[in-house]
Amino acid sequence: MITERVPVVEKIFGANDRLAADNHARLEAAGVFSLNFMASPGAGKTSLIEQTVRHLSGQLRLAVVDGDIATSLDADRAAAAGAVAVQINTGGDCHLDAAMLQSALDELDLSVIDLLIVENVGNLVCPANFSLGTHKSVLVASVPEGDDKPYKYPGAYRGVQALVINKIDLLPYVNFDMEYFQRGASALNPGLATIPVSCRTGDGLDAWLEWVVEQVSTNGRGHEIRRI
Amino acid sequence: MHELSVTESILEIALRHGRKAGAAAITDVFLVIGELSTIVDESVQFYWDMITEDTPAAGSRLHFQRIPGRLSCRTCGYSYSPREDLPCPACGSIDIDILAGEEFYLEAIEIAETRETEKQTT
Repeated sequence: MITERVPVVEKIFGANDRLAADNHARLEAAGVFSLNFMASPGAGKTSLIEQTVRHLSGQLRLAVVDGDIATSLDADRAAAAGAVAVQINTGGDCHLDAAMLQSALDELDLSVIDLLIVENVGNLVCPANFSLGTHKSVLVASVPEGDDKPYKYPGAYRGVQALVINKIDLLPYVNFDMEYFQRGASALNPGLATIPVSCRTGDGLDAWLEWVVEQVSTNGRGHEIRRI
Repeated sequence: MHELSVTESILEIALRHGRKAGAAAITDVFLVIGELSTIVDESVQFYWDMITEDTPAAGSRLHFQRIPGRLSCRTCGYSYSPREDLPCPACGSIDIDILAGEEFYLEAIEIAETRETEKQTT
């Protein structure tokens, strides 16, 4: 028996990356602009999606793909707010991957969607490693999580195009040094669009909605944004 | 964590390249993992031993080459490790480049080939 070293040099996430590229091409071709929402559990992804759907459904046709380990609670909330919603149950997986999004896209009529929001599984570690093929990623942080999260979960803060800091109405009650938090976030992601909001009081939501609408109108293809 | 799906991807890549090279068995797998990649060696090894059973990679060894993270400050040019700090320890700038530490790939496999002559005798 002889042994031999075979050079491989292949990215471990290569297969997922290829599927993500397929998803991206499919969304592009259909003229759908897509956002991937990532956050730790309880940061307020679903609340932000509810608010986004409620405020923008008059001018954009929205769909939401919800990733959770179990239940359809989040998809139900998105549907109640007025979006077409598809639930993906990962059955224990800690993140969505490109194959899961591919099957969710099969369930949607992409020709009647302007904005697709994908709500990833609540987790600050794993989703960052698995690209889905969405156009941009949004990280939802929240004040009660603490201001050290960028330092502890650097991967989550890299490679996102917007950072929403939710629950700012709790700032007076929580030790959260906004300057320290933002210093860490911008070290990892210089120039990151950062939008403080409170989904509960509605504070800051205008800036967030403006960011979304601007993204759809500059990056979306094939659809004119219909003004109310 | 997702080490199981990661390990499955590693096995898929290793088996595919093993087949292409005509391997009778895969004996060693060499992985390169950056310090900033959130992959736990021990978990990958644990799943590896489970999922390689009944494959040509059964009993093979995983080798992890860890690449230390390296950051570089775009303002003052200071080069440092992410263990020191994230903002530049020299000038405090937050405008930094990540030079190394995000790698995650399968570099090579070692395979055992069965020669024609050996095949006939076994």
